[in-house]
Amino acid sequence: MNPTPRPAALAQPVIRTEGLTRHFTRHKKTVEAVRGLDLEVGHGELVAFLGPNGAGKSTTLRMLTTLIEPTAGTATVAGHDVVRERREVRRSIGYVGQGNAAGHAQRGRDELVSQGRAFGLSRAAAHARAEELLDAFDLSEHAMRPVSTLSGGQRRRLDVAIGLVHTPQVLFLDEPSTGLDPQNRANLQEQVRRLHDEQGTTIVLTTHYLEEADAIADRVIVIDHGRVIADDTASRLRSGLGDLVTLAFADEEAATIAAEGASWALVGPGEAASVERVGTTVRARAAGAADRVARFVVDLESAGAPVRRVEVASATLDDVFLELTGRSLRESNEQSTDESGIESKGAAA
Amino acid sequence: MTVTIESATESTIESPVRTAPREVVLPQAPGVLADTWNVMVRELRPVFREPASVLFAMVQPLVFLGLFAPLLPEVENGSALQWFVPGIIAMTALMGASFTGANLTQEIVTGSHERLLVSPLSRSSLLVGRALKEIVPMLMQAAIIVAVVTPFSFDLHLAHVLVGVVVLAGFSIGVGALSFALALASKDQEWLFWTVQQTLIFPVLLLAGVLLPLEGAPGWLRAASHANPLTYVVEAERALFAGTLPVDTVVSGAVASAVVAAFGLWVGLRAMRASS
Repeated sequence: MNPTPRPAALAQPVIRTEGLTRHFTRHKKTVEAVRGLDLEVGHGELVAFLGPNGAGKSTTLRMLTTLIEPTAGTATVAGHDVVRERREVRRSIGYVGQGNAAGHAQRGRDELVSQGRAFGLSRAAAHARAEELLDAFDLSEHAMRPVSTLSGGQRRRLDVAIGLVHTPQVLFLDEPSTGLDPQNRANLQEQVRRLHDEQGTTIVLTTHYLEEADAIADRVIVIDHGRVIADDTASRLRSGLGDLVTLAFADEEAATIAAEGASWALVGPGEAASVERVGTTVRARAAGAADRVARFVVDLESAGAPVRRVEVASATLDDVFLELTGRSLRESNEQSTDESGIESKGAAA
Repeated sequence: MTVTIESATESTIESPVRTAPREVVLPQAPGVLADTWNVMVRELRPVFREPASVLFAMVQPLVFLGLFAPLLPEVENGSALQWFVPGIIAMTALMGASFTGANLTQEIVTGSHERLLVSPLSRSSLLVGRALKEIVPMLMQAAIIVAVVTPFSFDLHLAHVLVGVVVLAGFSIGVGALSFALALASKDQEWLFWTVQQTLIFPVLLLAGVLLPLEGAPGWLRAASHANPLTYVVEAERALFAGTLPVDTVVSGAVASAVVAAFGLWVGLRAMRASS
């Protein structure tokens, strides 16, 4: 029950999909890239689509940005239907694809100006906006160099700048940090975060980097085999899994004692947990286990099963993915036979 | 164990700072003409920033000019160069316009084509603006060739030559549009683009009688030549460059050129609308 109805504009999500589906036919076989996606993204959210290569993240993004039509289902972006009102959608969104927005034979400033003109800015306004963005992205010095001679990081900043020329309501970024070195990746993430915090732009990005989803997104939508398998904040996704405690012992006997004790000593009342013993090692995963492990180590010592080594790790999004799918996200990325070689290379880097 | 699925939408909507939909004041959407102009200007920028790039498509025609011209037989009225040069200019137009799709292939591979597809620029302006741009390098190349040959036994009839390049403009637009269509169909497979382009270009060139006259050719070859629009364009160019203005020849050339333009743009528009 909602006692005070919200104003219509606020209640209206920026992105809404219903049963969004996309099939591809490749070599006479039908590939279901996206299967009946139901999503809502509200104003000012920063959302990451997380999943391995070929999970359907980019296909979803390409439908939302009018590049490809859905096989079934509907989607609206900024209040416009992505099939029937393509032009309106295109005018409302910014898009930073996997490749470079700027033509390699072009100059950065020229591309910013022509993008501004495409959105109807006057010549003067387009030039002013280009200068503003070149300055904001630290590209002024390189504005008149051929894009092909810029470094990877400079080109990526230019891509984002071009996507922002018309101050879009919604910004889509497809694998924004693929191929960037760690420093440039961190810079880019900070810029995206700031854009969101300072201007309230709704941002949707896809990534197969757990660290990236963790570092910048408020909300993580885990996609696998074309379906949403989880949708929550990164911290809540993680806290559902609890901490992983690994204890090593001198012999199997001590380990057996520890494995029996762990299920009550490391786990809170009524909490789900998993405990396993492999040889002389005991692994326990439970919420709050990190807080209880010190006491447990002391108890084991007095019970005649001294602990040789202790490791405590809080759950990562990789663990979440493993828990949800039975596969590790890293392995999924490496094994993927996705058509995009760039993606796979990025995952290995 | 299952992970709680709870939409974050609720909590975000409660925060007043974030939720206010930003006031987006977008200027009036530009029309198709403004879009086409924008695309054409964008395509021309690399040409004007590096004018030497137009020489790339001229290498082969210039080699042909240098190596064939000395072999040309003496003719009684006028020089053989006067006959040969218009063909070479038509060849340059064909080369330049058919290469142009390679630039689009590069934009498809690197990603800027995708960015333009998501921009509000209409599909038709993305194709037409690109195709119209082909006129400019064609003019630059024709001017270079005329400048190179004028000191030799070549008489420049400027007014006639200007009519000649107008006729050629339609041909360049049409071939350019076809080249873009080929690039869009080849997607990121650059080899496919070049294989098809190279396979098609020489038959078109030779069947138009650019290098050797086809008067004494066997019937099937002449029939193929008559089906080739470039034949009529080259004949019109030859008449004009000789300083004559036979109406039927020039009109045939202009019509052939217009047909190539219309067909090319039709194919190109279809390819661009299907592009994703």
